[in-house]
Amino acid sequence: MLTAVLSGFILALVAPFLHRLARGFTGWLIALLPLGLFIYFAGFLDPISRGLVFTEYQMWVPSLGVNLSFLLDGLSLMMVLIITGVGALIFIYAGGYLHGDPNEGRFYSFLLIFMAAMVGLVLADNLLTLFVFWELTSISSYLLIGYKHSYADSRAAALQALFVTGTGGLVMLAGFILMGIAGGTLEISALVGQSEAIRESGFYVAILLLVGIGALTKSAQFPFHFWLPGAMTAPTPVSAYLHSATMVKAGVYLLARLTPVLSHTDEWRLIFTTVGLVTLLIGGFLSLRQTDLKRILAYSTVSSLGMLVALLGWNTKIAIEAAMLFLLVHSLYKGGLFMVAGTIDHETGTRNIHELGGLLRVMPLVALGALLAGLSMSGIPPFLGFISKEVVYEATLAYTSEDWQLGTLEGIFTLVEMIGNIIFVTVACLLFFVPFLGQQKETPRHPHRPPVSLWLGPVILGIISIILALLTELPALPDIASVYLIGPAAGVVYGEPILLSLHLIPPAVVPMLLLSIATVAGGIGLYFALPRVRRLIDALDIGERYGPERLFAQMVVGLPVFSRSVTLLTQSGYLRNYVAIIVGTLVTLGGYTFFSRVALPVLGTIDVYFYEVVLAVVILVALALIVRSSSLFFMIVALGVIGYSIALLFILYGAPDLAMTQFSIETLSVVLFVLVLYRLPNLAQLSSSRARLRDALIACSAGGLVTLLVLTITSRPLLSKLNQFFSAASYAEAHGRNIVNVILVDFRGIDTLGEITVLAIAAIGVYALLKLRTDDTIGDDTESYEDMVAVEAHAEKEKESKS
Amino acid sequence: MSSLILSAATRLLLPLMLLFSLFILIRGHNEPGGGFIGGLVASASMALYAIAYDVQRARESLHINTITLIALGLLLALGSGLLPLFSGLPFLTVLWLADPVPVLGEISTAFTFDVGVYLVVVGVTLTIIFTMAEEEEN
Repeated sequence: MLTAVLSGFILALVAPFLHRLARGFTGWLIALLPLGLFIYFAGFLDPISRGLVFTEYQMWVPSLGVNLSFLLDGLSLMMVLIITGVGALIFIYAGGYLHGDPNEGRFYSFLLIFMAAMVGLVLADNLLTLFVFWELTSISSYLLIGYKHSYADSRAAALQALFVTGTGGLVMLAGFILMGIAGGTLEISALVGQSEAIRESGFYVAILLLVGIGALTKSAQFPFHFWLPGAMTAPTPVSAYLHSATMVKAGVYLLARLTPVLSHTDEWRLIFTTVGLVTLLIGGFLSLRQTDLKRILAYSTVSSLGMLVALLGWNTKIAIEAAMLFLLVHSLYKGGLFMVAGTIDHETGTRNIHELGGLLRVMPLVALGALLAGLSMSGIPPFLGFISKEVVYEATLAYTSEDWQLGTLEGIFTLVEMIGNIIFVTVACLLFFVPFLGQQKETPRHPHRPPVSLWLGPVILGIISIILALLTELPALPDIASVYLIGPAAGVVYGEPILLSLHLIPPAVVPMLLLSIATVAGGIGLYFALPRVRRLIDALDIGERYGPERLFAQMVVGLPVFSRSVTLLTQSGYLRNYVAIIVGTLVTLGGYTFFSRVALPVLGTIDVYFYEVVLAVVILVALALIVRSSSLFFMIVALGVIGYSIALLFILYGAPDLAMTQFSIETLSVVLFVLVLYRLPNLAQLSSSRARLRDALIACSAGGLVTLLVLTITSRPLLSKLNQFFSAASYAEAHGRNIVNVILVDFRGIDTLGEITVLAIAAIGVYALLKLRTDDTIGDDTESYEDMVAVEAHAEKEKESKS
Repeated sequence: MSSLILSAATRLLLPLMLLFSLFILIRGHNEPGGGFIGGLVASASMALYAIAYDVQRARESLHINTITLIALGLLLALGSGLLPLFSGLPFLTVLWLADPVPVLGEISTAFTFDVGVYLVVVGVTLTIIFTMAEEEEN
């Protein structure tokens, strides 16, 4: 299983190179990987339907309890099959959709990373492993939404999605850690046995809220739903794959996965049912007022996700079955509809429903795909969508309870479900009737017959939906949906095996069937009344103007303003001030600690050699010249003299590595200084004598303190064992006699890795500051130069800290 | 700035200094030296070249973008750290080749890591110097 997860990441690395070779066939070629994975995992259907589970375990960070442990059971199997199956079609589709795009190779990489992360997410058995994959899906989603990064709205939408899902992910991590503390393990399969302990641990409500926020942000539930419609700026293959069929289901998946651990309480039912139903309604209403095909679909996806969350919140056996079935059905039809919308956009150049019409003749096969998906969405036989809607209604109607409170809730639930389903029917009508029927309209691009890759996906998904539905009624053939997919998945969520038998043909005229008929009729009615309903919704204007999106926008604007005010408070922009503050702090705190804790050193006789005196004199003379000089150039050369003298001292005291570094750094600093110097104005005014006195005080106290420290340290025997350790271990363990270098590349190699990374970032920073600036103001602005010198000084310091 | 003496001397010095930087890099494990110092020496030699001629020529004689150099160095260092993972050893464990290689001596991932450091240092220093010098020339 680990190989299955990693294969996507590995292919992602080579995808751009593959694209250079395969050109127009890359999509088909890459689709072979998800297809292969699909076939591989489909092989597990039979054993898993007989109740087996497969696990794989690999140590990762044992000290933190993080393991690469994977679990394949009914739930993860169904998810993996959706991810890889839809994935294969999406890659084929993307090949047609992005044909000729200059960054196509990169796109495949991102999409493969996402697929691998998503497979890892649903297979992970360890909470922290799941979290890592979870964040990887957020990041790849960010990259994919911002794929057209030259558009500002694309970047903004990407950032918004990352903010919302990323923050949710962090909150969720806190919940996971609490769950680990309460349950004593991070393995989900082991936590199932600890559900009693977790519920009584006192952390329960906190866990529920924290993990809940993670799941609700990812699955775009109210009040976090707004990022999903924004994410529609992504290329359509991404919307079809991430933002309808798979990634947004991750939150639903997490709730399903944790149902055996956390559910069966009033809090669970209250939170998730309420949030789910509210989202179902809001998403539905907002979908009606949209005119952009993709935004209509996005809001109706929000609505469907709300239905899933509400069903899982309701938490009865049938509700769980309904949730699993609807999850599958929704992935099948919504993925298809998104692909249809993308094809229309690709061929005509517009997604606005008012500009579309009569495309049936131009693209009959796309229309067929839209029809199949739309019928499944409307819940019309013989599609799986019909069965799913029956089961959803059954979930709230099956137990007419005596308790009037519960009865009322069931009534409300059923009513909301019905409103949601009616809107689904309307949306399905909208998506089929408007673009495909009627008069063909003038569009920005003249539509052509789309290539195979652009209609294959929706048609295959639609046919699967029919086949799965028909198989429930054919006794001679295996009932794949009930026995192999939904049954095992629902069994995992419910906590005990479920023997499921779905039926396309209702056994009798049950209330569900009547509700279904009423739903379809209502939906068609609503479709014809749509213009009036739209005006009504616009008048009410719920959600968008005063909703959470506005709050988010204000936050995005407010945060930089706030951070700027804080920055202005603490950052003067003058290098001398920073130096004064740093040195002043060092002297004050260091001096206080020194004088309060350490006795002054007793000075013995010190042997002074002639050459030491010479070097000291050279340094002092250079120093005096710097202080007296008024020429910057002269100062820099004199500083170089001091640097070289210090390097000589290093040689005299047996630190050749340090000396060599010092020599090179000194040379390069002088070069850098000289380069900067040309642009600096001559010193217009010299500091006043008061300022000089202050600077002298700071400098002398710093120098004095360091001298005192050195004298104290050298006046007593060295207690550190480091020296001995490294002398002994350097050759024995690291096969090197140069201790300094062995420490750098071996014993503390990870520090070095960090430091060279910092160096690289500093260099890119300098490059960006100088090359990529848009306003040409640096030339006459001395302050910016100070910044530049600060960056450079930082880089220098990094280098020096190495030795 | 064009000085015949400087440019002639640089032509002779550059290969020597670059060779010397490699020498420092290779001997680093046992004698004073290493990727860091070696990288600085190499940067100094290229800086000299840029001063003697101009940045454009220095860039051309490098044949590779300085930022690419940084990326290569980081990749090499990271790769050296990742390699032991395949043998089930912790990240950054040093692996040694069984037999010494002529000239280079005993080869280990510590050495390749050091080469990575060398490349990053050269890339970083030259990126900064070249960028600033180009700013100067404009």
